[in-house]
Amino acid sequence: MSSSSDNSKMWTVRVRKATLEKFEPEDLLPDTQPAYVSSWIYVFGVLTIAAFLMLIVSGLILTLEGPAWWHTSKYGHFINSLHLWNVELFFLFMVVHLWGKFWMAAWRGKRTMTWVTGCVAFFASIFTGFTGYLIQTNFDSQWIATQAKDGFNAVGIGAYFNALNTGQALLIHVSLLPIALGVIVVAHVILVRKKGVVPPIESSL
Amino acid sequence: MKKYDASKKWTGPTRPYDLIKEATVAFVVVALLSIGLAALFSSPDEKAVTLQSWSQAAPADFVQTASGELAGSTISGQYGPPYNTAADGQQLGPIKVAKFVGVRIPINTANDFVIKPLGTLNDPVTNTAIARWNAADAKTQSGWATAYTDALTKASTAVTIADTNDKYGPVPMLVTSLYAMAKSGALDGALTTSDSPLPTNFTKPLLFLADSGSYFPGLADAQHLSGDQWGVMNETGSWPGQSWLWLYSLWYQVDPFKSSGNADILVMSLMGLLSLGFVLIPILPILHRIPERIPIHRIIWRDWYRSERKNS
Amino acid sequence: MVFSLFNLNHPAHYISVGSISVSPGNLVMVVMAFVLFGLALALPFPGHKSDKNGKE
Repeated sequence: MSSSSDNSKMWTVRVRKATLEKFEPEDLLPDTQPAYVSSWIYVFGVLTIAAFLMLIVSGLILTLEGPAWWHTSKYGHFINSLHLWNVELFFLFMVVHLWGKFWMAAWRGKRTMTWVTGCVAFFASIFTGFTGYLIQTNFDSQWIATQAKDGFNAVGIGAYFNALNTGQALLIHVSLLPIALGVIVVAHVILVRKKGVVPPIESSL
Repeated sequence: MKKYDASKKWTGPTRPYDLIKEATVAFVVVALLSIGLAALFSSPDEKAVTLQSWSQAAPADFVQTASGELAGSTISGQYGPPYNTAADGQQLGPIKVAKFVGVRIPINTANDFVIKPLGTLNDPVTNTAIARWNAADAKTQSGWATAYTDALTKASTAVTIADTNDKYGPVPMLVTSLYAMAKSGALDGALTTSDSPLPTNFTKPLLFLADSGSYFPGLADAQHLSGDQWGVMNETGSWPGQSWLWLYSLWYQVDPFKSSGNADILVMSLMGLLSLGFVLIPILPILHRIPERIPIHRIIWRDWYRSERKNS
Repeated sequence: MVFSLFNLNHPAHYISVGSISVSPGNLVMVVMAFVLFGLALALPFPGHKSDKNGKE
């Protein structure tokens, strides 16, 4: 049943046509993949996302108890450790995923935006991690803040992003950046689903 | 041999793929791995430094810094934008970015770090010294404070210098009062609550702390966190740090960045340029061809190439 | 307050080569990245024979 021409001008219909209707359900949640997807290198994207989810889970537990909890609670310290080691795993898996995608020239076939969103996610992750290090409320965070401020001040953004303002760093780290990073990652994954996994170089069929 | 159009939907052979199962397995693997790592290795937590702990651990360094704040000769005092106009800030060639943005977090080290906190004590003797300081002109204030800072630095371990000729004016009294205030913990409180009684912004005490000549940088040096020790990528103790910042750290170890007064803006600009290049690899000549020229992909897709050869 | 099986709460013995100085912890992470990349490429992938030729 097609929409009447009156409906087609509706904002809802326009948004639906520009988004949902561009995908088959099988594109978003497929049950097959091209036969050339046959290497362990392909698991590093999903491993990166898994580490990101663990960061959100451990981060939410830290959020529930406040930023100074981990200094005085054994359980809190363990959750902080979980958060820190997931940061290490997150970057480890992301870097291996990035290397794989570079050597596969995964931007081919109009997949430039997939590469671009991936790179932006990488840089956004670095900045998110940085704000995390700023809110440790210990010596390391004091040193990082007082050093990093020089870099920001030198390029003129130190007045707007004040590394010495722990409250600002905290709010940016637990709300602004996870949301921004989440949006970028979702866009990245949707692009992968939409364009499909890039076929091999010099492939022919 | 017709080249496959990589932009078209794949119509070739496929294999079964359980996406949700893969994602679930990945999550369980990462959860177990990180729980194991956290249990085995924990995480670092070096206790924060306060003005109190600093003044108690390194009294001479504290009073030299305090006197320097009055003289405006500390790092903060001479910083320039965004804190004050004592300098122009760093520049990229002729472009003075920081100066253009201007003073947005005004800090007067003498008033903000010394005079105002001392004023909260409501101590008559200290108030007399404050009044004498405020009544003097800037040149006199600078003369007193600079001379006292020099004398303290020369004496190296002294926390006070006798002033028989009134060479230093009220400065010795102000510095001694501030030292006592710091030791008691009251200075931490006064500086953090100066703008708001329930603070979350630690700009003032952190700037003061960072002005430390030897104590605070010494603590960082002992943990390999200094700029010339690849400190940007390091963590306290023996934990792994931020190895992904290796390239950013690298520039600070080499000239011209190492010995430049504009090191930060040079490194940030260079990293900005390289990051942009990284994002644009798909359209940059030569770079986007590297994966085709250095055929690591032949290992990744070896199963597929083998099956292609079999079928052809 | 650090509770763990292995105590990393001591100054690291940094490894210096020329002007490069790296902590053992960071070196392990970097080496792991190369090792994982190498293994990902080298290890055979348990492939199911493709059961469909083409997809309409």
